[in-house]
Order: sequence, then C-alpha cells, then structure tokens
Amino acid sequence: MLPPTPSQTVGPYYGTALPFPGGGDLAPPGHPGAVTLHGHVYDGEGTPVPDALLEFWQAAPDGSLAGAPGSLRRDGRAFTGFARVPTCRDGHYELHTLLPGGVPYLALCVLARGLDHHLFTRVYVTEPPGDPLLSALPPQRRATLRARPEPGRPNTYRFDVKLQGEDETVFLEWRHQQLHRNDEG
Amino acid sequence: MALSEPAQERIRPTDPDDTLSPAARAVALRVPLRPAVRVPVPLPPLPDTVELTGPVFGAADVGPLDHDLTRQHRGEPIGERIAVGGRVTDRRGRPVRGQLVEVWQANAAGRYAHPLDRHPAPLDPNFTGAGRCLTDDDGRYRFVTVRPGAYPLGGPEDHWRASHLHFSLFGTAFTQRLVTQMYFPGDPLLPDDIIWHTVRDAAARSRLVSAFDPAAGEPGRSLGYRWDIVLDGPSATWAEEGR
Repeated sequence: MLPPTPSQTVGPYYGTALPFPGGGDLAPPGHPGAVTLHGHVYDGEGTPVPDALLEFWQAAPDGSLAGAPGSLRRDGRAFTGFARVPTCRDGHYELHTLLPGGVPYLALCVLARGLDHHLFTRVYVTEPPGDPLLSALPPQRRATLRARPEPGRPNTYRFDVKLQGEDETVFLEWRHQQLHRNDEG
Repeated sequence: MALSEPAQERIRPTDPDDTLSPAARAVALRVPLRPAVRVPVPLPPLPDTVELTGPVFGAADVGPLDHDLTRQHRGEPIGERIAVGGRVTDRRGRPVRGQLVEVWQANAAGRYAHPLDRHPAPLDPNFTGAGRCLTDDDGRYRFVTVRPGAYPLGGPEDHWRASHLHFSLFGTAFTQRLVTQMYFPGDPLLPDDIIWHTVRDAAARSRLVSAFDPAAGEPGRSLGYRWDIVLDGPSATWAEEGR
C-alpha cells in the first residue's frame, strides 16, 4: 500500500480559488421542496470563525448517491449533491437544498485556516432509531449532530459547528472493519 | 456495528496556552480537543453510507484553459514559468480518474490576489493564481503556471513560507477529500517553514516536495515539476471491482 499524501491547512487565501457562484444553492431556484440549512462555525471560546469553508455531500431526494456533474457551473436543474459555502465575517453559512432521501443526514467537511486536516461530520435532519452512529453516542454528543427545525421559519434548519469546547461537534474518521481477503497483497 | 467507545474518550487537556501570540492562540482555539469518532466501514460498504460515495465533476465544471494560470488574463504573468503535473492514485496505485484538482498560489513576488493578503509585494495584473483540471484516464493532472514567490508570515520570529502551491482534490469517495500543499525541491526556506513542519513525520513531509522534471515542462518555455498524489480513505470502488 502506498503511503497517502499528507494533509495541509487550507490557509487564509483560498477565497480566490475554491468558493464559486451558487456554491450553496443545491436546490433549483423556486423548487417547492427547497429547505434552508444555516448556522455558525465557532471556535473554542464561542468566537465566530469567519474564514471556514464548508462542503456538503448528500443523497438526492430519491435516495440516489450517484451525484451529477455541474456543481461548479450549475444549470439550475440537475441535483448534483455537492455544495461549497464559505462562512461570512460573522461565521455564518447558508445552504439551500433538498432534503436527502433514504438517508437521514448530509455529510459535511469543514476546512479552515488553523486546521492541519479538514474535519468530517454529519448533519442529521432526522434522528431515526437504530442509527449506528447516533445510538453509539451519549445524548449530549449526539445532539451536536442534529439540525433543528427553526421555530417560526418554515423549511429552515439550524446547524452550528463548534470546533472545540464543552459542546464540541462530533467529528468522524473512517476505518475498515477488516481488511478484505484480497486487499492484503 | 460498534463505534469507538465514547466513555474511553480522552479529551486533550491542552487549553490554548496563554503564552501563545494572539494569532497562534486564535488558531489553537479551532482545533478539536476530542478524538474523532471512528466509523467502522464494513466490506462491502453499506450502500447508504453517504461518505463512501462522492461528488461528481465533469467537463462542464472545468474550462479548457482553467489548467493554464498563465492564460487567464490579456498579458503574460511575471515570473519563472513552470508546469506541474503527476498522477493521482489511491493507496493501491490505481488511477483516480475524472476527478477535480484545484490549485491556488501566490504570484511570483509572493503575494496572493486576495483582499486579506497585506504583504507589500506587487500584485500582478496578469495573474490571479487559481486553476482547475480533471484527471485523465491514467489519473494524470497538469497545470501551467509561474513559480510562486516566498513570503513572510509576520511576527517576531520572521518566519517565511517556502514556495508552495495549494492543492485541493476529490476522490471517488467523500472520505478521500484532500487539501494539501506542494513544495519545490532544494528550497532553502523549507527547513524553517512552520506549515510544512505541521506534518511531523519526516518521510511524510518529504512526500510534499515535488521533483524537478524537465520533461514535464515545455522546451524553451517552462521548467517542469512532477508531483504524484496518493489519496487515502475507503474507496467506494473496492467492492464493485471485486478485488
């Protein structure tokens, strides 16, 4: 097995390269099922992080995880499953999307100056019983993965990312349970 | 499907140190103190594990000149023209095909075309410093650009960044996402580059340094550098390919 290329921080100057117009607009304009997902990214003292970049990857409403080209130049029709949104000066981000089908969550990758490695987490829009990840977490930790419908704002969910501290968001890494028989060679 | 036991979580006890400079302290406050929760990935992967698939990019996302950072403006940028290319593979050496590779960098004087960059070096009206391409069937990528200049990080220590290109890559799975930086061989600033040294392992760190490869350039026009990239993480194609 080849050793992987190490990760390095995204740094402060990615703004000329990575964000793109419509990066947070996954839902076609005017779609009746569109929802808003928004929140803040905070550091360990609750200070908003103004230079984070959030990437979302999710299933389509029909449960498909095939994705579609055209995320960077959206045609307003295809649901590509991918979004990229920078936080604003006040650490706020906003995403317009369609709720995923079949799976209860959106995958989220957080990049920011100061992080040597990006962080993976999940944004659960429902909390189905028996979800293997949620049910393995104590309630307080589990709550950090839950997007909450926002009172008084229809079709709007709030999800804050807390990079550090008492109510730090649960971040994830993946490990294969066992090596495949033919993977050892 | 047992996850890592939360009760055994050892929270890193290091609160950001008061002796740190304000900038270093602000950065330290961004690093999670709890270990990441390990999600076991069964083989074959469960079809509803979102992270084992990934976004798809295609020709519509990338223009034919997006890989050439020297042709994005009316005039030629100032600087030493270079071509940087290599292969993107998974850990078993298999090409990662049709995947988006993005780069960004400072200009030849060491300044980013970014509103936050206050380094008093000249901006180049013919250089934005951002490019994109898709890997080909063999996992190859290639960019044409100018060699970025070094720049100071500020602060009492007078640290400088070695010349580097920022790279952003997707794989076939969301878990393969990689953002990293490529450096140049023989750069005298490398031993003191504090960002390069955030990779603690010397062998791993050396993999961030490209190789001078004249054949990768264009005769009479640009020098060439080769840099191969290996993406980590479970690949969604394992089960499909049956190996």
